[in-house]
Amino acid sequence: MSILIITEHDNQSLKPVTLNLVTAAQQIGGDIDLLVAGENAQGAAEAAATIGGVRKVILADNAAYAHQLAENVSKLVVELADGYSHILAPGTTTGKNIAPRVAALLGVNQLSDIISVEAADTFKRPIYAGNAIATVKSADAVKVMTVRGTAFDAAEAAGGSAVIEACGAVHQHADVSFVGEELAKSDRPELTAASVVISGGRGMGNGENFELLNKVADKLGAAVGASRAAVDAGFVPNDMQVGQTGKMVAPELYIAVGISGAIQHLAGMKDSKVIVAINKDEEAPIFQVADYGLVADLFEAVPELENRL
Amino acid sequence: MKVLVAVKRVIDYNVKVRVKSDRSDVDLANVKMALNPFCEIAVEEAVRLKEAGTASEVVVVSIGSKSCQEQLRTALALGADRAIQVEAADQLDSLSVARILQKIAEEESADLILLGKQAIDSDNNQTGQMLAALMDRPQATFASEVVVEGETLKVTREVDGGLQTLSLKLPAVVTTDLRLNEPRYASLPNIMKAKKKPLDVKTPEELGAQLAAGVELVSVEPPAERQAGIKVSSVEELVDKLRNEAKVVA
Repeated sequence: MSILIITEHDNQSLKPVTLNLVTAAQQIGGDIDLLVAGENAQGAAEAAATIGGVRKVILADNAAYAHQLAENVSKLVVELADGYSHILAPGTTTGKNIAPRVAALLGVNQLSDIISVEAADTFKRPIYAGNAIATVKSADAVKVMTVRGTAFDAAEAAGGSAVIEACGAVHQHADVSFVGEELAKSDRPELTAASVVISGGRGMGNGENFELLNKVADKLGAAVGASRAAVDAGFVPNDMQVGQTGKMVAPELYIAVGISGAIQHLAGMKDSKVIVAINKDEEAPIFQVADYGLVADLFEAVPELENRL
Repeated sequence: MKVLVAVKRVIDYNVKVRVKSDRSDVDLANVKMALNPFCEIAVEEAVRLKEAGTASEVVVVSIGSKSCQEQLRTALALGADRAIQVEAADQLDSLSVARILQKIAEEESADLILLGKQAIDSDNNQTGQMLAALMDRPQATFASEVVVEGETLKVTREVDGGLQTLSLKLPAVVTTDLRLNEPRYASLPNIMKAKKKPLDVKTPEELGAQLAAGVELVSVEPPAERQAGIKVSSVEELVDKLRNEAKVVA
């Protein structure tokens, strides 16, 4: 068996989720190749080549792949697909954009967001927002799937010395073009990759009060998230949302501040190793999943927490 | 511009799902069903395009047993002009659904095809992308804003790091994210009117759509329950526990 992983990167560097995908691929078993499709993406390809256990890195470096548009990358993957038993993409907005197109062009179905490898053809995946876990078996000749990064440990980022093979194939769909992007700038780690996450809910009261969480986050090297209620209230932007319709996180430590614990939110963070809840309502459902619950006014407790860390 | 909207009948999002005791699937017997929330947003967007004079006609399609006509009527009450039910199994796989939709889109000469980004039952997030691939047309998934400029669409997408804007030439496929719009409530007169709007029934065979081999569902289990931990009485105690018991803070 051999496995092709569609890596996620920003051309210069590889996104950490790629390491989790390598672990998933190792559990499936077989040779592991990584595809870096980008523009001026030598840096990302070199990072990919140092991951332990990788056979080769395929670098498709062309302006057509600069923004990893699904129309272009999917056709590239289909061209490379011959001989692979599995094609893996991360369960991110980029991976979910590309993988179904690849599957449809190959004439196979796709498995979304797998969380465990039971056998080379059998996987577990959450359905109904994680309220049920399905075991699914694919008889397709090539298994195309997206992988939930937080469900697999990260592989060793160093120690490998795979060859980088250039691929000159260019696929440019004439009817789509990139206009622009507004990416949130932050010195903090990305939500889905952070080992500590501190999130605020409606109880934060307004966007300015998130500064209290930022201060704690800076001390812990944490990412800052939010509940859907806080996003819908306009406190913070959408990309901070943790939950069923936002990001799925599973850090070592998750601190929920002023979050009641709607099912929507729990679906996005209940796989965290240690959960702390700070809420003044002792009946809040968040306490039913928290390892450590503190019934307190967050405006007193959070600054004190910052001081004691 | 003709708009085709694909919708799915799913468990109502307020209902707590239960796994059957034999673990073969979730239990959908006597459970309240509804229009998938992301599909509802897609219908709303199409109707707004029609109200703005941009869209000439809004056609809704659903694939499943006769019961999905209920959701098609809901979409008609929200303002769609006519509906098509494609008679098939209720939990058809994404590729088969995409192949059927491709035939409908061709038959209807649809310029814009709107779908929800995912259904809240299978959580697949695949059908729109598969449809766009089969048609070899551009796609904009996770849309939070759609602007029509003649034969071109400018779509803002909610991506992991923030927002991305793409320009797509029609025909194109767009899948909706949560914040594209807030769907209206159907008024009683519109619900009555919807009953008289045309609803055609077709089969995959009539359409010439070839069904794919589905993925086998081996079993379904409830997720591991998380046990509630302890309450701490102070921030001091909390920090002590995190340092010395859980060892997650240095």
